Amino acid sequence: MSVPAELYYTPEHEWVAINGATASVGITDHAQRALGDVVFVSVPEAGSRVTAGEPCGEVESTKSVSDIYSPVDGEVAEVNAEIDDDPGLVNSDPYGAGWLFKITLDDTDTDVPPGLLTAAEYAALTKEEDDEDGEDDEDDDDEP
Amino acid sequence: MHEQLGATLTDFADWLMPLRYGSETAEHTAVRTAAGLFDLSHMGELAVTGNGAAEALDYALVGELSTLAPGRARYTMICAADGGVLDDLIVYRLAGDDYLVVANAANTATVREALRERTAGRKATVTDKTADYALIAVQGPHAATILAPLTSAQLTELKYYASYPAKVAGVDVLLARTGYTGEDGFEIFAPGASAEHLWTELTRAGAPHGLVPAGLAARDTLRLEAGMPLYGNELGTDVTPFDAGLGRVVKLGKQADFVGREALAARAAAAPERQLVGLVLGSRRVPRHGYDVLWHGQPAGQVTSGAPSPTLRVPIAMAYLRPDVVAAAGQEDDGLAVDVRGRPEPAKLVELPFYRRPA
Repeated sequence: MSVPAELYYTPEHEWVAINGATASVGITDHAQRALGDVVFVSVPEAGSRVTAGEPCGEVESTKSVSDIYSPVDGEVAEVNAEIDDDPGLVNSDPYGAGWLFKITLDDTDTDVPPGLLTAAEYAALTKEEDDEDGEDDEDDDDEP
Repeated sequence: MHEQLGATLTDFADWLMPLRYGSETAEHTAVRTAAGLFDLSHMGELAVTGNGAAEALDYALVGELSTLAPGRARYTMICAADGGVLDDLIVYRLAGDDYLVVANAANTATVREALRERTAGRKATVTDKTADYALIAVQGPHAATILAPLTSAQLTELKYYASYPAKVAGVDVLLARTGYTGEDGFEIFAPGASAEHLWTELTRAGAPHGLVPAGLAARDTLRLEAGMPLYGNELGTDVTPFDAGLGRVVKLGKQADFVGREALAARAAAAPERQLVGLVLGSRRVPRHGYDVLWHGQPAGQVTSGAPSPTLRVPIAMAYLRPDVVAAAGQEDDGLAVDVRGRPEPAKLVELPFYRRPA
């Protein structure tokens, strides 16, 4: 599982790349693996307000659906139009071509927005989850 | 073995089973266009033997298994006295007095105990063989081509829902032409100790024909497209076979009494309370198990299974609907929707199955 060191993370498995006043957001490699094949992503519209910790979109995969939580406060500056045509980019390149949207940060005074995890912290968190859940955390108990 | 292949495993009815090996969509597509290899060893195998076995099963199950020819298999159900479904089953008649009942993993203990209770006092013995058998399925249009060089069995003579003892890759197995994917294919019941050998040989023989290992996630979307019910979703103790559109498995005409007869006869004569239907959604948001189906904004039923269909490339669902709504929705283009997490997504009624393999 890949957890790039230069990114920040949320406990809900989003990643954030901070570049000046702009934060790019996507879902982590761990998240895309747990979800399975992504078939549809809904993201907030450009220009809309997002609040850290609040749901602002959803990721549909073959087996489940998950909320996307905004990692920061701000205004959506741009969304990745490629994802609409090819949601599989979230699986094949979660930290690159599979980015979801960019946010113009409200607060650019602090280096790192509050509540985000470092790569090491996120890696530790996902390891704990794996240890708790066994091999996988999917809900499949009504399969034949 | 599966972990060596990079499988994501899932804990299912106390079995650690492969959910997917790589992309479940790719696995699904391989089964539709080439072939997939499934480990189904979690399924329950119950042997019912003895010269009263046929009579005992006629009493225990809703089908008439005494009329099943040796070497053939039948889809049937075991119901409670009130007509509720305890499990759906495939029953193989291996020989006159020798039946193999295949149950869903989560229901094996229930079925075993019900069979023991219902066969008590008859000349029949119920033996749980689940731990002895591995079950490997090869499913897809290339299944017969892949299997042929590994067996002396004449596959062209093995009809759908038939089985016979055969040697596959040197192993004595029960070879059956059954499946749960909507494709042609085979299910191989083999001694547990030979499972890895069989898996390896089938993988080798299948590679040039596009065979890939496939997990439970692909199996679920394959059976959904094929309109096949899943216990726990479309079937349960609160559902009769008639609700699920499977009343044909209930042989009310058989001479023998059977558990559930009275309730099921009443149910067959009464107007249905609900009906299992197929839905296709116009949006890309996916209906899931338990979501409400709306008719002009009012709840009219519930989704039992839903997924983005890899073959049709739209979200599909099976759902129980009120019969009056089914009739009305057949007349009117608009009005039906699924409540997908608080937002109604328009849906259309379609005939089941969603997918039928090319003839």
